[in-house]
Amino acid sequence: MIELEGLTKRYGEKVAVNNLTFTVRPGIVTGFLGPNGAGKSTTMRMMLGLDRPTAGDVRIDGRHYDRLKDPLKYIGALLDAKAVHGGRSAFNHLLCLAQSNGIPRQRVHEVLDTVGLSSVAGKKAKGFSLGMGQRLGIAGALLGDPRILMFDEPVNGLDPEGIHWIRTLMRTLAAQGRTVFVSSHLMSEMALTADHLVVIGQGRLLADTSMADFIAHNSRAYVRIRSPQRERLLDVLHGAGITVVESGGATLEVDGTEAERIGELAARHQLVLHELSPQRASLEEAFMRLTAESVEYHAHSDAPAPPQQWGDGWKKD
Amino acid sequence: MAAAQVIRSEWTKIRSVASTVWTLSLAVVVTLVLGMLISALSANEFDRMGARDRIAFDPTFVSFAGMSLGQLAMIVFGVLVVSNEYSTGMIRTSLAAVPQRGGFLAGKIGVATALALVVGLATGFAAFFLGQAVLGEYKASLGDEGVLRAVIGGGLYMTLIAVFSMGVATMLRSPMLSLGILMPFFFLISNILGNVDATKKIGRFLPDQAGSRIMQVVPPLDDDTPYGPWGGLGIMVLWVVAALAGGYLLLKKRDA
Amino acid sequence: MIEAVGLTKRYGDKTAVYNLSFQVRPGAVTGFLGPNGSGKSTTMRMILGLDNPTAGHVTIGGYPYRRLPNAARQVGALLDAKAVHGGRSARSHLLSLAQLSGIPARRVDEVLGVVGLHEVARQRSKGFSLGMGQRLGIAAALLGDPQVLLFDEPVNGLDPEGILWVRNLMKSLAAEGRTVFVSSHLMSEMALTADHLIVIGRGQLLSDMSVKDFISANSADFARVRTPDTEPQQREKLSAALTEAGGSVLPEQDGALRVTGLPLPRLSDIAHEAGVRLWELSPHQASLEEAYMRMTQGAVDYRSTIDQKEGFQEPLPPGAQPPVPVPGQGQIGWYAPPPPQQGGQHFAAAPGAPQAPAGPYGAPDAPGAVPGAPVAPVANPYARPVPQPGQGAAVAAPPSAAPAAAPAASPAAPAGPAGSDVTKPEDAR
Repeated sequence: MIELEGLTKRYGEKVAVNNLTFTVRPGIVTGFLGPNGAGKSTTMRMMLGLDRPTAGDVRIDGRHYDRLKDPLKYIGALLDAKAVHGGRSAFNHLLCLAQSNGIPRQRVHEVLDTVGLSSVAGKKAKGFSLGMGQRLGIAGALLGDPRILMFDEPVNGLDPEGIHWIRTLMRTLAAQGRTVFVSSHLMSEMALTADHLVVIGQGRLLADTSMADFIAHNSRAYVRIRSPQRERLLDVLHGAGITVVESGGATLEVDGTEAERIGELAARHQLVLHELSPQRASLEEAFMRLTAESVEYHAHSDAPAPPQQWGDGWKKD
Repeated sequence: MAAAQVIRSEWTKIRSVASTVWTLSLAVVVTLVLGMLISALSANEFDRMGARDRIAFDPTFVSFAGMSLGQLAMIVFGVLVVSNEYSTGMIRTSLAAVPQRGGFLAGKIGVATALALVVGLATGFAAFFLGQAVLGEYKASLGDEGVLRAVIGGGLYMTLIAVFSMGVATMLRSPMLSLGILMPFFFLISNILGNVDATKKIGRFLPDQAGSRIMQVVPPLDDDTPYGPWGGLGIMVLWVVAALAGGYLLLKKRDA
Repeated sequence: MIEAVGLTKRYGDKTAVYNLSFQVRPGAVTGFLGPNGSGKSTTMRMILGLDNPTAGHVTIGGYPYRRLPNAARQVGALLDAKAVHGGRSARSHLLSLAQLSGIPARRVDEVLGVVGLHEVARQRSKGFSLGMGQRLGIAAALLGDPQVLLFDEPVNGLDPEGILWVRNLMKSLAAEGRTVFVSSHLMSEMALTADHLIVIGRGQLLSDMSVKDFISANSADFARVRTPDTEPQQREKLSAALTEAGGSVLPEQDGALRVTGLPLPRLSDIAHEAGVRLWELSPHQASLEEAYMRMTQGAVDYRSTIDQKEGFQEPLPPGAQPPVPVPGQGQIGWYAPPPPQQGGQHFAAAPGAPQAPAGPYGAPDAPGAVPGAPVAPVANPYARPVPQPGQGAAVAAPPSAAPAAAPAASPAAPAGPAGSDVTKPEDAR
């Protein structure tokens, strides 16, 4: 369990993190989202006692980070895959971390095995690809078999097999009752991984809800219906006071999440349905809607300006 | 227990990077080879020296002449031990593992200092014996008055130079910046300040000038240095303590 | 249009790319997929004339890259965001590129605007984040207003807004009739962006088809059916009826059923006949990731294994939970893990050891990854979740649906193609 209370960080005039209060609970994967510059990294660094909060408090299982004896046994973090001395071998990198927390040497072999780096354990980290570095960082996080795990952009540089592996790993860790806190920019990936979301923008808490609620609150949900008895179905739905949008072809759409009710209605009136599917917007759409205000580095437009606006002058010749 | 863990961890760190091996061996080799070379030259020149120079001739100090360059390798060792953590980003991993920053710094500097001391003392003795072997008939012996003190002092001097660099690197973090300040300072500026009459009075309180006093057995003729061999080393220790204190305070205060 | 014919690249006795022939057509976003070490980057580099093919050739608009007249105005590429002199400002970096190919300075400011870097155009790129570097690289690719664009992992380091922007940018470039060739490891992103896919593994072409066809060809479509939560007997009834009708039924974590092998109208009829009311009846296509994993499972580096945790000698409590997939996420690990006899991962081999029996980087397959081998989750807390047979499932899977006993395997699709010999998409079925 990680508890934040009024956590604030100022750099001079700029407020990076503003009065954040939330709790990361065990047993689920909690996603940590926000645009670039929202204060995600600063928050994670403060959780690990690397940055000092200007105000407020972070507690790991009720204690301040620097009060933890052998902190790697409480919380393992993957902050930056490149936070490794390139001249040191993967094994020695993990060994020095293990020794600093009184973790047996055997455990280093185990985590190297877990992340699939055993065969390159003796190689210098310098020669590692981004994906291998990421695996090494994950090995470091798992080293102390901690109850709390924190991952910052864990899938960076991993290939699809690696991405699938880390996703499964995080879900497994959560299912074991551990606290898993993961930040990512990949909404589609987050949608597959997280159960709960904490969203910040410009240093402030924007949302702290379950994935389903987040999407439901920040986007349109509807039910798509297809039936060979379209006309009768329309009548039945109208009769029940349900507003139906006819969206071309044989498909009907009903706003909201009333699939159950429609199913029951159809059954009662002996109507055949060929589809009855609740539709949800993607996490990405919901996220974009929520954070539209707080984005740095806006691109000019969604599309590049059409060619006739630029380049005309020089392309003619 | 926790201290033992940090020390074990720091020992793994220091022994698992190539820079430790090459900086320390460079320090040893340069000090020894250059010391022998200058000892050989001095032995050759001795007959042509004036009377005053012959009286002031200090065979022990001559055999340590290589340290003027060898210490630069020690500086690189000291700087890299600390600033590698910053330049690679390892510092965040390290401080997450050992959040007690004082303990972390003490462990790191303690291990590096112990290693530098072993290498420094070995180098001191080796430089002395090799130098004396080359000096032949002009040699000093370890039993002569003040010689043992000078030889051990040579080892301490090399160690303290490394520790001073660690302190500076802890303050500055960047290896390039640290080396860019320390190398020219010890190689050029300190020598200039210490040898130009106008600045000599200040120059001799600089860490290397004061510290190297302990390696002298025969003081220069018109010596007016206001401190003795141990006094000089004490001044150097003060510099080292100041650098470490500065490093500690900044590490404690700063965000990693 | 990019056209590769018999493209082959050998480094010593290691073959990075072998006899690759494909076309990247204009007007569509073509995704370029493959595991690490499959030869994607080498292929990209050969397209751009950076590496010379050992055999075969690749042309852009009919010319090899090096003989393209005014290449910078015809081809734009984002290969490595860090290939920028850090001390130079974003604007001077682009300006120097523009001057090289006779593009007016005005265009530099235009592309800076397009990628959203106009405000930091005069800052040194050293201080740029990965995402800003990526935008700068994209600006450079757009500089010559080229008809052919290549992007290698374009969304690396971008934030959600940036990812959306790049996706839309690529789509609109393709919509303008340009040729857009994108490599990426992010399947979920590719599924949203690409129209067409070229998949390679071990340097050979595995597949060259549209995204939709690719998914259908490499996995089974399925339907999700939900019966009233209040009446569990309805669910069992429906499950039995569906199984009898030849469908294969798997429980999902939220109580719904995942049905393969029966079309939706037929499902509806069966439910009707059985007197079961439906709360949901929705068609689903497997994810691109699942389809991709099925196809490429032969050629993967760094296979992860289970975590033994012997170093702790701390037995998990007896009542430890088996890893439980979470509601709404039915497809965890339901594609087959690689078969254990998977031998020659020779593309994962270090130079000099090309034919090692097992890839030197590939950790041995975990016992937990063997389909059908029941693994005690207590002993393997980090293993791929292998739900216990029958766990939480009132609905018994029919004996014929063997995979149900090892849910890590696909529920319906025939045993995985085990890609080692797969060279043609047809073979993948």
